[in-house]
Amino acid sequence: MLRYLSKKLITLVLLLFLVSITVFSVLFVLPGDPAQIILGINATPESLAALRADLGLDRSFFGQYFDWIGKLVVGQSHQSIHYKMPVFELILSRLAVTGPLALMAMVFAVIISIPFGIYAARHQNQRGDVTVMAFTQLGLATPEFWLGILLVLFFSVELNWFAAGGFPGWNANAWGSLKALLLPAFALGVIRASILTRLTRSSMLEVLREDYVRTARAKGLRERTVVYVHALRNALIPVLTIMGLQLGQLLAGAIIIENVFFLPGLGRLVFTSIGMRDLPVVRDIVLLMATAVVFVNFVVDLAYAYVDPRIKLR
Amino acid sequence: MTACLLSIEELSVGFHTPEGTARAVDRVSFSLDKGETLGVVGESGCGKSVTSLSILGLIPSPPGTIESGCIRFEGRNLLELDPEALRRLRGREISMIFQEPMTSLNPVIAIGRQVAEPLMVHHGLSRSAALAQAGEWLDRVKIPAARRRLEDYPHQLSGGMRQRVMIAMAMVCRPKLLIADEPTTALDVSIQAQILSLMLDLKNEMGMSLLLITHNLGVVAQTAARVVVMYAGQVVEEASVVDLFDRPFHPYTQGLLRSMPQLGARRSGGGKRLKEIPGIVPAITETIAGCRFAPRCRHAFDHCRAKAPDLFSVGVGQRARCWLKHFPERRRSDA
Ligand SMILES: Nc1ncnc2c1ncn2[C@@H]1O[C@H](COP(=O)(O)OP(=O)(O)OP(=O)(O)O)[C@@H](O)[C@H]1O
Ligand code: SF4
Ligand SMILES: [Mg+2]
Repeated sequence: MLRYLSKKLITLVLLLFLVSITVFSVLFVLPGDPAQIILGINATPESLAALRADLGLDRSFFGQYFDWIGKLVVGQSHQSIHYKMPVFELILSRLAVTGPLALMAMVFAVIISIPFGIYAARHQNQRGDVTVMAFTQLGLATPEFWLGILLVLFFSVELNWFAAGGFPGWNANAWGSLKALLLPAFALGVIRASILTRLTRSSMLEVLREDYVRTARAKGLRERTVVYVHALRNALIPVLTIMGLQLGQLLAGAIIIENVFFLPGLGRLVFTSIGMRDLPVVRDIVLLMATAVVFVNFVVDLAYAYVDPRIKLR
Repeated sequence: MTACLLSIEELSVGFHTPEGTARAVDRVSFSLDKGETLGVVGESGCGKSVTSLSILGLIPSPPGTIESGCIRFEGRNLLELDPEALRRLRGREISMIFQEPMTSLNPVIAIGRQVAEPLMVHHGLSRSAALAQAGEWLDRVKIPAARRRLEDYPHQLSGGMRQRVMIAMAMVCRPKLLIADEPTTALDVSIQAQILSLMLDLKNEMGMSLLLITHNLGVVAQTAARVVVMYAGQVVEEASVVDLFDRPFHPYTQGLLRSMPQLGARRSGGGKRLKEIPGIVPAITETIAGCRFAPRCRHAFDHCRAKAPDLFSVGVGQRARCWLKHFPERRRSDA
C-alpha cells in the first residue's frame, strides 16, 4: 500500500510538471496581450510597457515559468489580474460551487443508472427494458444546456419551485445554495446516467450468464441476494471506470451548464479568465484540473481494490 | 422396500434458437432411490446437463423451456412448485456441483462466506455461526488450514481446492440428493480420484442419494449401482452397472464400452472421453423419423430408419431403445 501510494505520488508530480510546461507554453504563445486587454486600445505605449513590467510579462519564457512554479511550490498565491485578489482564494470560492455540483451530479447519475440498468438487464428485450433503453437513447442525444433550459422553464418559470439561476453563497444561504445546485446537478446527472445505465445493463447481462450466478441460484439464495450481491459486485467493476472519468470531467467544471444557471463555478471562471487573458488564474486552474483527474483515478483504484480482491494495489 | 426419492417422467426440454427449436432432452425418464447412486453417461451435448439443471429449475429461460413431463422429488412435482418453494429446496434438499470449478465460484466473495450462505438462508444461522460451520466443512473436505482460509478468495485456490469448496458448499445443509455434473472432468487426472472418493465418502456418511453425471464409464463403474445411457437427448439404455458392463444391449452402449481403454481395467478409474464411435451425432433441430443412432449403427436396418424405437425391456431392470429387441436376428455378429 505504501509502495502504491508513493508510486501514485511520483506519477502526480511528473504529470503536473508536464501539464504545467504545456499549459505555460500554450498560454505564452496565445495571441492577445494581457496588458493591452486591461488598458484598452487607447493606452499609450509607455503605460503598456509599465504594466507589462508590473505583471512580469517582459521577462523571458523560463523566467516567467519559474516565477509561476516557484511561488506555487512554496504555496504562495499569485494575484488575479482581473479580480485583483489571490488566485487561491478565487479558486477556492469557485470550487465551493463546482465540487458540490459535480458530486451531486454523480449521485444523481448513480442512483438513476444502477437501478435502471439492473432492471433493464433483468427484463432484457421486454417492454420495460425497451422503454429504459429508449430513454437512455434520448438522454445521449440531448445536449446538457437544452435539458437545463427545459428544467428551468418547467421547475422555475412554470412551477416556481426554484430560482431560475444564480448562487446565493453557502454562508449567506446554505439551503438556497443547495437548491440552486439541484437543477443543474440533475441535468448533468441525467445525461451521464444514460451512459451509465447502458453500461450497467450490458455488464449485468454478461454477469448474469456467469457460472457463479447459477451456483448462487443453485444453493437457494433469494433472487435479491443473487442479483444485488453475487452479480452486482462483479458487474460494477467496468462501470466504476467510467464513473471515475465522468467525475473527473465534472470536477474540471461544466462550463455550459454553469452558464445556463449563472453559477459562479470553476468552468465559468476559466472561461472568463481566458477571455480576459487573466493568465495566473488560467494556469492554476488547469493544474488543479489535472490534479483532480489524478486524484479521482486514485479513488477509482481504491474502489477497484475494494470490489475486486484479485486486484492488489502496488 | 426402498423408497423412491427422485423420479423423472417423460421430461422434454426445448431450446428456441434462430435455427428452430432444439429438443435437447426428449422424453427422458429415470428414477433414483434413497441412498442410491445413479450414473448418467453419454457424449458431450447429449443433454446430461440440461436434464440435471431441469431438476433444480435452473434452465436458462429464454431460450429454454420445459415442454412436458414431470419431476417428482419425494412425491412432489418440482415443475409445479412455486418459485419460492423451489428456491427453499435448492441447496437444502437438493444440491448441485458443477463441471467448471474455475468459474463456478464467485470471484469477489470470500470462500468462507460462499460456503456459509446456504446455512444463513436455509437454517437462519447468524453470519458468525454459519462461518464457524463453514470452517468445519472446509476442514472436512480436506482443505489444509481450512479455518484460516475462510477469508481467501477463489483465485487463491487451485482447481481441485475450488472443487472441494464447491462440495463443502453443496453439503453444508445435508441435502437428500446431490447432483454432480461432471465434477471431475475439468481437473487433473491425479486429482480426479481424490475428489471422487471424497464425494463418495461424504455421500455414504450422510446417506444421501447421488446423481452422478459423467462421460467417463470408468467413473461410473467405480461409483454407481445403476446407469442411464443417453444419446442425442434420449435415454437409450438403462441397467445395473454389472449388467451394463457384462451384457450391454444397445449398440451405442456397446460402442461406448469398446471405446474404453480396456474392459478389464474398469476398476482402475481409467477411461477417457467417448469419441471413438464413428459418425457424428445428428443436430437436434433435425426431425428424425427413425432411430437417432441409425446413421452410426452398424446393425441398422430399414425398420430402424422408418420408425423410432421405444424403450423396451430387455432383461431384469434393463431397458434399451433398440429394435433389436424384436428383431434379434438382425444383430450382426462381431466382425
Ligand atoms: N443455453 C442454451 N441455448 C441453446 N441450446 C442449449 C443451451 N444449453 C444447452 N443447449 C443444447 O442442449 C444440448 C444438450 O446440452 P447439455 O449441456 O445438456 O449437454 P451435456 O450432455 O451436458 O454435454 P457436456 O458433456 O458437454 O457437458 C446441447 O447440444 C445444446 O444444443
Ligand atoms: S434401433 Fe436399429 S439403428 Fe437404432 S440402435 Fe437399434 S439396431 Fe441400431
Ligand atoms: Mg454438461
